[in-house]
Amino acid sequence: MDVIKAIEAEQMKDNMDHFHVGDTVKVYFKIKEGEKERIQVYEGLVLCFNNGGIRRTFTVRKNSYGVGVERIFPLHSPRIEKVDVVRRGRVRRAKLYYIRSKVGKAAKVPELIIRKR
Amino acid sequence: MLGLIGKKLGMTQVFDAEGRLTPVTVIKIEDNVVVENRTVEKHGYNSCVLGSFDKKKSQTTKPYAGQFEDICNPKKTLVEIRDFGQEAAVGDVLGVDLFKDVSFVDVVGTSKGKGFQGGMKRHGFAGGRATHGSKFHRDIGGTAMSASPSRTFKGHRMAGRMGTERVTVQNLRIVRVDEEMKVLLVKGAIPGPAQSVVIVKKAKKK
Repeated sequence: MDVIKAIEAEQMKDNMDHFHVGDTVKVYFKIKEGEKERIQVYEGLVLCFNNGGIRRTFTVRKNSYGVGVERIFPLHSPRIEKVDVVRRGRVRRAKLYYIRSKVGKAAKVPELIIRKR
Repeated sequence: MLGLIGKKLGMTQVFDAEGRLTPVTVIKIEDNVVVENRTVEKHGYNSCVLGSFDKKKSQTTKPYAGQFEDICNPKKTLVEIRDFGQEAAVGDVLGVDLFKDVSFVDVVGTSKGKGFQGGMKRHGFAGGRATHGSKFHRDIGGTAMSASPSRTFKGHRMAGRMGTERVTVQNLRIVRVDEEMKVLLVKGAIPGPAQSVVIVKKAKKK
């Protein structure tokens, strides 16, 4: 087992714990078109994290011209350049699947405000 | 054909050069020692006998240990690889770097035991309908003809023990050869449970 863990650890990023479920994020994803490589930005709400280790993924949901779009990214993928947090969300559960059946204001996640003491 | 004895460690995923996730099986290749070279003159065919995994001295009999005398410590697994295709003298230690320039391999292993299974699982029979008054569900159906021959032929496919048999998976791509950890990563699954002994050979059909 240790060998497998060592192989996985080689590829894992250690700077991917700065965003959480409920946050609105911008994912900078590298896309290859023929010879050229460009970066596509995908912005949306983080619904959930799934799996563990190298297989860890996160789901980002956005509304595109009235249609809900969900995209699952492998967290440790080398094609993810970076993930920026646009807005922190205040949530009380780990999976926000209920958002899918909500429309309008009900589909919003309140912003997380951390007061300084 | 080049071949080595290995041990299946389990599966994981790696990102390839283009960032795609690839499912891989990790095969540990401990030192393989050439125990004997069989030749056409003496045995009628060419082959190379490899041994791997150390065995405790207390667990070996003298006749078993005798074949390793002056070569190495007694080994648990002995495998004969026909037409090895590379000069290997008795006593040589072969490692995972043998597959450095190989891109595809065949892997031979013993599949997981499934116990006593019915015809549907064991041979892929279709079975019958589950509902609507059907009285024929997972049975194997008819097994023979009528008054002539009036018996079921031998070897007819029926329920029985499944698994624990020698299985070869061909043309698995080598994803990585790690000499430091002595492991080989091949794309896809290979037969058998983790920790089982497998034989990795250079692909026959590539």
